[in-house]
Amino acid sequence: MTAVGVLGGAEERTRLVHRVLVIRELGIAVALALLVGVTVLVNPRFLTAQGIKDLLLGSTILAVLAVGQSIVVITRNVDLSVGSVLGLSAFATGSLFVANPGLPVPLALAAGVLLGAACGVVNGALIAAARVPALVVTLGTLYVFRGIDYTWATGRQINAADMPPGFLRMGSATVLGVPVLALFAVVVLVAAGYYLRTYRGGRELYAIGSSPPAARLAGIPVGKRVFAAFVASGALAGLAGVLYAARFGTLDANAGTGFELNVVAAVVVGGVAIFGGSGSVYGAALGAVLLTTISSALPVLGVSPFWQRAAVGALILAAIGLDRALAVRLARSLRGRNGNG
Amino acid sequence: MSARMRGGRAVALAMLTALTLAATGCASAEEPAAPAQTGASGGAKTIKEGLKIAFLPKQVNNPYFDASDNKGGKVAVAEFKGVYSQTGPSEASPSAQVSYINTLSQQGTDVIVVSANDKDAICGALQEARAAGAKVVTYDSDTNPSCRDAFINQASAEGIAASQIKLISEAVGPDGGEIAILSATANATNQNAWIAMMKTELAKPENSKLKLVATVYGDDDDQKSFQEAQGLLAKYPNLKGIISPTTVGVAAAARYLSGSAYKGKVQLTGLGTPNQMRAYVKDGTVKSFALWNPSDLGYLAAYTGGALASGLITGKEGDKFTAGKLGEYTVGKDGTVLLGDPFVFTKDNIDDFDF
Repeated sequence: MTAVGVLGGAEERTRLVHRVLVIRELGIAVALALLVGVTVLVNPRFLTAQGIKDLLLGSTILAVLAVGQSIVVITRNVDLSVGSVLGLSAFATGSLFVANPGLPVPLALAAGVLLGAACGVVNGALIAAARVPALVVTLGTLYVFRGIDYTWATGRQINAADMPPGFLRMGSATVLGVPVLALFAVVVLVAAGYYLRTYRGGRELYAIGSSPPAARLAGIPVGKRVFAAFVASGALAGLAGVLYAARFGTLDANAGTGFELNVVAAVVVGGVAIFGGSGSVYGAALGAVLLTTISSALPVLGVSPFWQRAAVGALILAAIGLDRALAVRLARSLRGRNGNG
Repeated sequence: MSARMRGGRAVALAMLTALTLAATGCASAEEPAAPAQTGASGGAKTIKEGLKIAFLPKQVNNPYFDASDNKGGKVAVAEFKGVYSQTGPSEASPSAQVSYINTLSQQGTDVIVVSANDKDAICGALQEARAAGAKVVTYDSDTNPSCRDAFINQASAEGIAASQIKLISEAVGPDGGEIAILSATANATNQNAWIAMMKTELAKPENSKLKLVATVYGDDDDQKSFQEAQGLLAKYPNLKGIISPTTVGVAAAARYLSGSAYKGKVQLTGLGTPNQMRAYVKDGTVKSFALWNPSDLGYLAAYTGGALASGLITGKEGDKFTAGKLGEYTVGKDGTVLLGDPFVFTKDNIDDFDF
């Protein structure tokens, strides 16, 4: 066995892993295309300009959250507090507009992102300092952040009439047929995808998720990186909160309740391994689009409302099943190559 | 956390002190009125003066209850020269109201008008207050019928259904067409009762041009309601109108329609609050929607309480009394007084309301 051979094998292995990941994302894209195709066959109005706009708008918030969540999940952690952070940021945005009706929209965006990042700092600091599993910490902050939201809102509701028309227009306006809100999601997605793929810090997140002890031994600042991942997830949830306010126009303390599970579902369906170390934000965003499209398509297909939830659940199980099957096959073929080498 | 609790307790203590002071102040001023109480069973014709009427809403800082109590009940109490007060918890939790009821009872309040956070949790306290001589009127949200003297029902299922069909029929126009219902959850009791009544209403000959094609469920969730509204419009190209008898659903559907190509082409009505719907009524997405008028609800509750405490009525079925500007009311089954048909909000009157 020559050195060249070893190198060649390693390269081949990387290529194989890469190909499987591409297949994984392609699989979601194919599923999405199939779903849209069938729905359009049944009802052509599903893909009118309005229909496409609705699909993109519907996916935006979930996609932004899914990008943040995958950054965390890749490091073998999870952030369950995103729904509450979204709610808090959405209500804060609304309150800001009530207090200062002339507030420029970019300032509101910045405020929402900062508030979300602050929540992320709380999560990250608790996880890094207390060394408690993220699942437990963020489960706690899920309730804490929601509680703050309830205390703040005390039954108040912020309505469309309280927010400036320019801000609300952002929620439904389009540029060349693409909703403005969806552009936010695209920018976030491309930036996060590029960072994770190209930058050292991004690659280290994968290393941490693959094996935290190994990453530590390799000199990766695990605590710092995980902390940053939670801040990023919080900031994106904050951004999602502002987008939520712009889109729905009616805000109370319940905004975003239960979102965390949709987000985790989107990430898992999108092929990000729940045990960390693999997956991409593109897959997660595709997962978000797929889940939203399903819940938009089922009413159009005339599926009984009683079955819709079950259908979404079945899809999640199918996605995890596919994920598992691919992983097993990949592991077997890698082992096979090792044996041969 | 503990700091917050301590703060909360301090506020409660201050409120209690203020209340006690206010109550003792009133009590001494009212001493002469007390003998008149003996005439309670003597079949007086008008509501007595000086009655102490306290409103206890689910929570005090809620605009809905501000409208019902401070803009309705207070006006009524002033009309029959009673002493009005409003007190209550800042959070709508089931047990929070008990201590307020006990305090009101100790202060010798004549009428407690309460919106129950829980059907049973405040029953014991209310029974004690009644034993101490207070009359109990529930409004907005009832307790068990045995725990109160009368319940002011804001709207009947028939009234709601009839008004919803009437509004959509007016909005869609004389040619009628396909309509759909966007409800809350599939197993919400009141929603299903209203939908069943609406179907009865649609079967009547005058509504024969309206055709109900679908009932979908938005789960009182903005996103889900959005998607269901989208689905309806994609699935039924000829859809002319949507009825959403739930505040979350109607606001979400209005927001969706206002930013879509269907604005003005597909009509929408439902049950919503003026603040929520203001923007959509003004931009023409929604012509009209309904809800009861909370000020009238509080007004009627105050008059009912006054009539009970003056011995004009006892709360049994068939009792009649006059409630100021609202006119004559008859007590129905189980001591229930029905406010009347839902109130219709349009762009002409929506700015008169803030809740």
